Amino acid sequence: MISELQDIIFLSLRVSGTALLCSTAIGIPLGMFFGLKRFIGRRLLTALLFTGMGFPPVVVGLFVYLLLSRSGPLGQLDWAWLPSLFTPSAMILAQTIIAFPLVAGFTMAAVMGVDPQIRQQVLALGATSRQAAVTVLLEAKVGVVVAIIAGFGRLIAEVGAVMLVGGNIEGRTRVLTTAIVLETRQGNFDLAIALGAVLLTITFLTNFALIRLQGRSFDQ
Amino acid sequence: MRIIEGSILGDPIYQVSNLTKTYEHNRVLEIQKLEIFKGEIFTLVGPSGAGKSTFLRLLNFLEFPNTGKVNFAGSVFEQGQEMPLHLRRRVTMVFQRPMLLDRSVWDNVTFGLRLRGEKDAHRKVTASLEEVGLTHLAKKRARTLSGGEAQRVSLARAMVVEPDVLLLDEPTANLDPYNVSLIEDIVRKINEHHQTTIVLVTHNVFQAKRLAERVALILNGKIIEVADVNKFFNNPEDERTTAFINGDMVY
Repeated sequence: MISELQDIIFLSLRVSGTALLCSTAIGIPLGMFFGLKRFIGRRLLTALLFTGMGFPPVVVGLFVYLLLSRSGPLGQLDWAWLPSLFTPSAMILAQTIIAFPLVAGFTMAAVMGVDPQIRQQVLALGATSRQAAVTVLLEAKVGVVVAIIAGFGRLIAEVGAVMLVGGNIEGRTRVLTTAIVLETRQGNFDLAIALGAVLLTITFLTNFALIRLQGRSFDQ
Repeated sequence: MRIIEGSILGDPIYQVSNLTKTYEHNRVLEIQKLEIFKGEIFTLVGPSGAGKSTFLRLLNFLEFPNTGKVNFAGSVFEQGQEMPLHLRRRVTMVFQRPMLLDRSVWDNVTFGLRLRGEKDAHRKVTASLEEVGLTHLAKKRARTLSGGEAQRVSLARAMVVEPDVLLLDEPTANLDPYNVSLIEDIVRKINEHHQTTIVLVTHNVFQAKRLAERVALILNGKIIEVADVNKFFNNPEDERTTAFINGDMVY
């Protein structure tokens, strides 16, 4: 029982942690690009990004399911590096698609909140455009950390997509949220509540650690 | 070489020719010819909206001119032709608002040196902070400083990289008389000790009189008159210069 629980917690952290890393790696540069660059179609793409922020996870799950299923467009290709359905990799893919628009959208808002003259000043001190972008990102770090926290919140609480593409297979793809659904359905409320408490504790500790990333700016 | 009222000015560091800048069909700058010499304090005066700050952004290579060019240190800056990074880095700028980063004073002053990958940062930052009299605030968070202190940090940050040219965009517009005088002293020292060319933009004619070697009046994007400071204030050629100096100008 204990080792089963450990497996579930470990897999939850692995899936959501990796998906958070992936969505941060995609979302932060994308948010910076949308926030700092002016290009044709920016409004339309921003509207699409914001739509992605509110996309129902279960629809993303369905989309990834169809994409990866044997008869789907990617499933037919049979490429070794493509994740298979009912594996943690498929769950990570679905969760990344769910979270990266959120990270990108909040990052965009954060960098747009930095006084544009800061970027001008930094360039006027001899920064390259890349150095200027990184400086603006650091100036916006309170907001950028909130972007990561929002992404993590959506991932760790997510159940529909991981259920669909993971299948809630015991010992292989069962995570905290899907285990809670299962235990509740089976009437094991004590266990379901205990799992819920573990989930909340993980969320709290992670957010507490992430706030530390905001550094002294958080206290100002 | 050029001699104005006994003071010897160096070779031109900037040569501006046929420069125009337009924003949304509105021509904000039109300068046929202007030279700024190595080591001088050149001041551009004019009312708000005359094109002074736009001109500085062109001298800092942050914006392209629509037509015409700026020659700087043997390189040409014009539409579609960027100034190479190593030359762009020989010019720094201080804005009207200090625009400090949300870091310590020390980290703000080190910033330009870090961009350039300089190794000798510690000595240079120490010297720079000493020059602006803020050594005791090195560890303080920059955003907690008063307006005058913040602008001095901004000056230290711009001069620590030992630029050939320091562009100052109304650096004392928001400050009290005591801090104005402190900043002016620092600017004079930078010019004297490091032979840094200073281009100062201000709407304050008294400041121009106190600091400048040469002064230019700009109105509606056009240079009306350029002269050495004594001639500009005592014997100007254009009646609009007289009106501006006396505060009689109706915009």
